[in-house]
Amino acid sequence: MIHNRLDEVFARCRKQQRAALVGYLTAGDPNPETSASLLEGLAGQVDIIEIGMPFSDPMADGPVIQAASERALAAGTHMADVFALVRHINARHPETAIVLMGYANTPYAMGVERFAEQARMSGADGVLIVDLPPEEDDLLHAPLQRAGLHQIFLLAPTSSERRIRLAAEKATGFIYYVSLTGITGAEMGALDAIRKQCALIRRHTELPVCIGFGIKTPDQARAVAEFADGVVVGSAFVAEIAAHEHEPAEALTSRIVEKARGMRQALEGRRDAR
Amino acid sequence: MNHAQPYSMEITHAPDPRGHFGPYGGRFAAETLMGPLSELEAAFFSAWNDQAFQEKRMVLLKHYVGRPTPLYHAERLSKENGGAQIWLKREDLTHTGAHKINNTIGQGLLAHRMGKRRVIAETGAGQHGVATATVAAKLGMQCDVYMGREDVERQMPNVLRMRLLGANVIPVDSGTATLKDALNEALRDWVASCENTFYIIGTVAGPHPYPLMVRQFHAVIGQEARAQMLDQAGCLPDVAVACVGGGSNAMGLFHPLRDDPVRLVAVEAAGTGLNREHAASLARGRPGILHGNLTYLLEDEEGQIQGTHSISAGLDYPGVGPELAAMRDAGELELEQATDEQALHAFRTLTATEGIIPALESSHALAAGLRIASQMSPDQHVLINLSGRGDKDMNTVFKALGWLEEANQ
Repeated sequence: MIHNRLDEVFARCRKQQRAALVGYLTAGDPNPETSASLLEGLAGQVDIIEIGMPFSDPMADGPVIQAASERALAAGTHMADVFALVRHINARHPETAIVLMGYANTPYAMGVERFAEQARMSGADGVLIVDLPPEEDDLLHAPLQRAGLHQIFLLAPTSSERRIRLAAEKATGFIYYVSLTGITGAEMGALDAIRKQCALIRRHTELPVCIGFGIKTPDQARAVAEFADGVVVGSAFVAEIAAHEHEPAEALTSRIVEKARGMRQALEGRRDAR
Repeated sequence: MNHAQPYSMEITHAPDPRGHFGPYGGRFAAETLMGPLSELEAAFFSAWNDQAFQEKRMVLLKHYVGRPTPLYHAERLSKENGGAQIWLKREDLTHTGAHKINNTIGQGLLAHRMGKRRVIAETGAGQHGVATATVAAKLGMQCDVYMGREDVERQMPNVLRMRLLGANVIPVDSGTATLKDALNEALRDWVASCENTFYIIGTVAGPHPYPLMVRQFHAVIGQEARAQMLDQAGCLPDVAVACVGGGSNAMGLFHPLRDDPVRLVAVEAAGTGLNREHAASLARGRPGILHGNLTYLLEDEEGQIQGTHSISAGLDYPGVGPELAAMRDAGELELEQATDEQALHAFRTLTATEGIIPALESSHALAAGLRIASQMSPDQHVLINLSGRGDKDMNTVFKALGWLEEANQ
């Protein structure tokens, strides 16, 4: 495998005996210029940054991230802007791993080979396509592998053990466990159930397991970090943009940085080793 | 009594085991739905092969829906139009007024059999919503219907009908506030509710097994029409015509005629013109991934789904069923379009010559069907699927004709 920062991040966090913080923002939200400042701010606080590729029909997302996509597209965000933002983050925060997240029609429309090349060239380490389950992965698997990009798959409370094995077989980088049966930004599921499913996943893979969907507060992040290798926070950051859309970029950036810092401190405060 | 005549339960032209029709179709869904979709697939095949289920379905189709629907030889229309004989498959005479009920009876019974207490649906024109609400009332299930805000406004009679039937109509404001957004919202609901909820998709699109399942439930249209043509005309039609939004009435008509020497004509909505605003995804789209399947889509260069336009809400959709996409590539379909204006003209022609008021969706099939028939000879036969009746479209038509302004003056 080609050198990939995702592997380094998890190795580093393991050494520090803490879970990785994964932060999500939609590229181009609320516009490409402000987005550069927001992503840069967030990338300075998190171990892994997930950059959403805006899509007109984000079926797996709740109202908060749907609105982010709509703002980004209305502001004229194109894939060239998305890759420019990845390059920007890559230059400013070379230690932060970058995952591109989105829907299958984006790489498909662009041409999967071209998508994979441009993603890698601009500095992404991994790709997560929400509506591309392992069964349909013939589409993207080879191009991503050739480009040296990790491919992250989701697992959910409704995933059977057979499906866990299937994802474990195909995934590289990490496994993203969706903590709830629902869309992004909904209420987090019961902790016991999440812990149990996480343990089941670990029986089938050595890959790090990150947990997301519904984690909004430092307390929730800390609780999940007890047994996860990474904690993903998305809607909570995006909601800041929606609430303060018209503030100057610097003010909005401070809000996101502040929020991310709170999450980071919650994870760094964790002492017990896994 | 055997209710299965002339119906065949054999599944021909099946997709591959993962739901692909050639390169199209598949199951491009969020992980959370993959388990429920497998469960649905297994339940569908088990029900389809269960004689008791099929008997129950056939009894309802006969005594509740009113099947078989008539095949009507529109003699006066044929004469006025000139050319081939025009035959109308009268899906407009079904209970609730459109073909949509064939599918909701099937999926409703399946939901019941799977022990789901709640059904959800997306709807454009409201016909699928009404058909779902009807079946939910009959089978005693809770029903929520997602409908784009724009469609709620232009299809108000159907919104009120759904309410009367006990369904909860949820207006959708996201995106373009039309059918595609209603589908997104229904999918979001299902992701969170799949344990106790059955999602009744209204067209031959979506993740596997929906395109196959919906086709099978609608195949009664073509199976009846085929037998009726042989019986009443003494031959198969030369041409079979249906409108295509997602493509459910078209697949229902075409599927049983696919292995016959019959020209299959798919009519898409050309809206204000193919160079302006339209919904002709087969003619002007390109392959892409949306709503769980790979199919022809109207999208921009970067894959952002484009807004569509048609005077008929039921055709106002940027995608199309994956099997139709495969049939298009294989040269099995002739693609035709009708503009808003041409559909309105056909609407008035049928009303004036035969006293039948068609749905605006079906009027698109009529417009193209009449055009094709006029270039044929009187001993040839054109079969047009009259997929629904036009009661729901009165407001839209009056507005387009300028009658509402006149009445207000």
